[in-house]
Amino acid sequence: MADLAVIGAGPAGLAAALAAAAQGVTVAVVDSATEAGGQFYRQPASGLRARRPQALHHQWRTWERLRDALPGSGVRILTDHHVWSVERDSDGFTVHALLGPEQHEPVAVHADAVLLATGGYERVLPFPGWTLPGVVTAGGAQAMLKAGLVVPGRKAVVAGTGPLLLPVATGLAAAGVEIAALVEAADPKDLVRHGRALAGKLPEGAGYAARLLRHRVRLLSRHTVVRAHGDERLTGVTVAALDTDGRVRPGTERYVPCDTLAVGHGMLPHTDLAETLGCRLDGMTVAVDDEQRTDVPGVWAAGESTGIGGAGLALAEGHIAGRSIAARLNGTEPDPVQWAAAAKSRTKLRKSAAALDAAYPPPAHWSEQVTDDTVVCRCEEVTAGAVRDAVDELGAGDVRTVKLLTRAGMGWCQGRMCGPAVAGLAGCELTPSRRPFARPVPLGVLARQHHIATEEGTS
Amino acid sequence: MRTPLELADAHPGPAFTVTLDGREIEALPGQTVAAALWAVGVTSWRSTRGEGRPRGVFCGIGVCFDCLVTVNDRPNQRACLVPLHPGDAIRTQEGTGHDG
Ligand SMILES: Cc1cc2nc3c(=O)[nH]c(=O)nc-3n(C[C@H](O)[C@H](O)[C@H](O)COP(=O)(O)OP(=O)(O)OC[C@H]3O[C@@H](n4cnc5c(N)ncnc54)[C@H](O)[C@@H]3O)c2cc1C
Ligand code: FES
Repeated sequence: MADLAVIGAGPAGLAAALAAAAQGVTVAVVDSATEAGGQFYRQPASGLRARRPQALHHQWRTWERLRDALPGSGVRILTDHHVWSVERDSDGFTVHALLGPEQHEPVAVHADAVLLATGGYERVLPFPGWTLPGVVTAGGAQAMLKAGLVVPGRKAVVAGTGPLLLPVATGLAAAGVEIAALVEAADPKDLVRHGRALAGKLPEGAGYAARLLRHRVRLLSRHTVVRAHGDERLTGVTVAALDTDGRVRPGTERYVPCDTLAVGHGMLPHTDLAETLGCRLDGMTVAVDDEQRTDVPGVWAAGESTGIGGAGLALAEGHIAGRSIAARLNGTEPDPVQWAAAAKSRTKLRKSAAALDAAYPPPAHWSEQVTDDTVVCRCEEVTAGAVRDAVDELGAGDVRTVKLLTRAGMGWCQGRMCGPAVAGLAGCELTPSRRPFARPVPLGVLARQHHIATEEGTS
Repeated sequence: MRTPLELADAHPGPAFTVTLDGREIEALPGQTVAAALWAVGVTSWRSTRGEGRPRGVFCGIGVCFDCLVTVNDRPNQRACLVPLHPGDAIRTQEGTGHDG
């Protein structure tokens, strides 16, 4: 039992937990990972005994402040807890989790208030060959490097679009991987155009430029990967230049040999838990007010589940949420003056996040490169041709109908990987997919849950 | 050339032995199945149900389920999440992993 259950031990969740605990709130932080830190501050497995984990990180001092504040704060961190659902009941909330890594043993955490700080995951748009071993998401390569101190190969192309590609390229390079090219679809001119709003981001950008130079990374902007080659594993990629409309310029294709492709096209928020709680979404993100409250009483959200904006924004939002929760649980009206500094940085960082988002759109005509035989749904092996048939011949007009007709999105990942691609190919907008659970749940656990619910209902 | 272990100045405890389809490989304490397999140059350990295509890590954070593997006779474990222990038997997985 806790006053507050925080789901997600990334920057947002930890900042909130510390802010609330400082006001006397009992906090339990639940995370599926084996260590706290989230994506940005993902820690090496303790068994690896890394003496210099900061070599893989940026803004390490911020992490040290969070980490060092935790032991004396009274915040309980429950790692290896995979949350599959949060339930509202008469006296608060029950967070249902499965203990990892096997995820068979259920546990429940009860709390009066809940903060959803679940972050996001990467969006990758398909292209021929993207299912070959050796093709990984950019953030995935980063996560495996930070946590497992391993790299997927010797020579990599880092490609796609978005601010994540730079740290991934420099991180892999520092870890000994030769970076054959950094292929960015966006035009650096667009970044300059958004320069004002990005003022806080650009020094970091300049720092990366120096590091790219040091590692002799060739930057190909306004380029894209059109195909990954290989039979049993990746042997190379074809890259091509994009014109101003985002179309591949014919005749610019060239082959780059590599054993690894780290690719990503931005990020998407995790919204499943918010959806099952009935929280209002704003497009693909959890809608919150100035205090980071969702429209469901007792449920707050902070960090990338409320919009993609990086670790700094997650920290600011988390701090505000923690303060608001502490006041509300004590039955008092919070005073925003208490978090004025965090609110100021939230405003600034949201502006630069919006500018980054505008400057790094996925290539507008990416679907033209997707051949009919390209697998789009990786789990169920549904091809682009099948999706196109469902739309053109069977008249499917939304992702759900395409799913019913083709099984795209019905596999293990519950459509997280193929959702954006299916929506793009079907020519409709990506909408949240209303998953009943945030994680696949063993039937035995569900049956037991039902049993308990029924018993409680009849008693 | 610099390795990730050198970069982070890691001093893990002694490596231990696990098996991949009966073949002995070394793993470091704390490493997941996927990390240990990457460290010995293995990037695929599953073939898909439909086309029998090879797969390994894709998302690296437990979201995509591409990295499914059989560990100690339990199929469909996510290699990117499951940490290894001495003597663990990793088996590459075909199709659903339930048909032997
Ligand atoms: C794979 C990946 C790698 C990234 N690498 C970088 C990088 O190198 N540099 C950079 O600037 N940005 C990186 N990012 C962006 C990063 O998301 C943000 O910078 C920042 O970490 C967001 O903070 P957050 O607190 O909102 O969420 P996160 O840091 O993502 O933390 C969310 C936490 O919630 C947990 N969680 C989610 N769902 C559940 C559930 N159902 N049950 C239990 N726990 C759950 C996750 O395990 C995670 O620890 C990466 C993103 C991803 C997806
Ligand atoms: S690589 Fe995606 S779940 Fe393991």
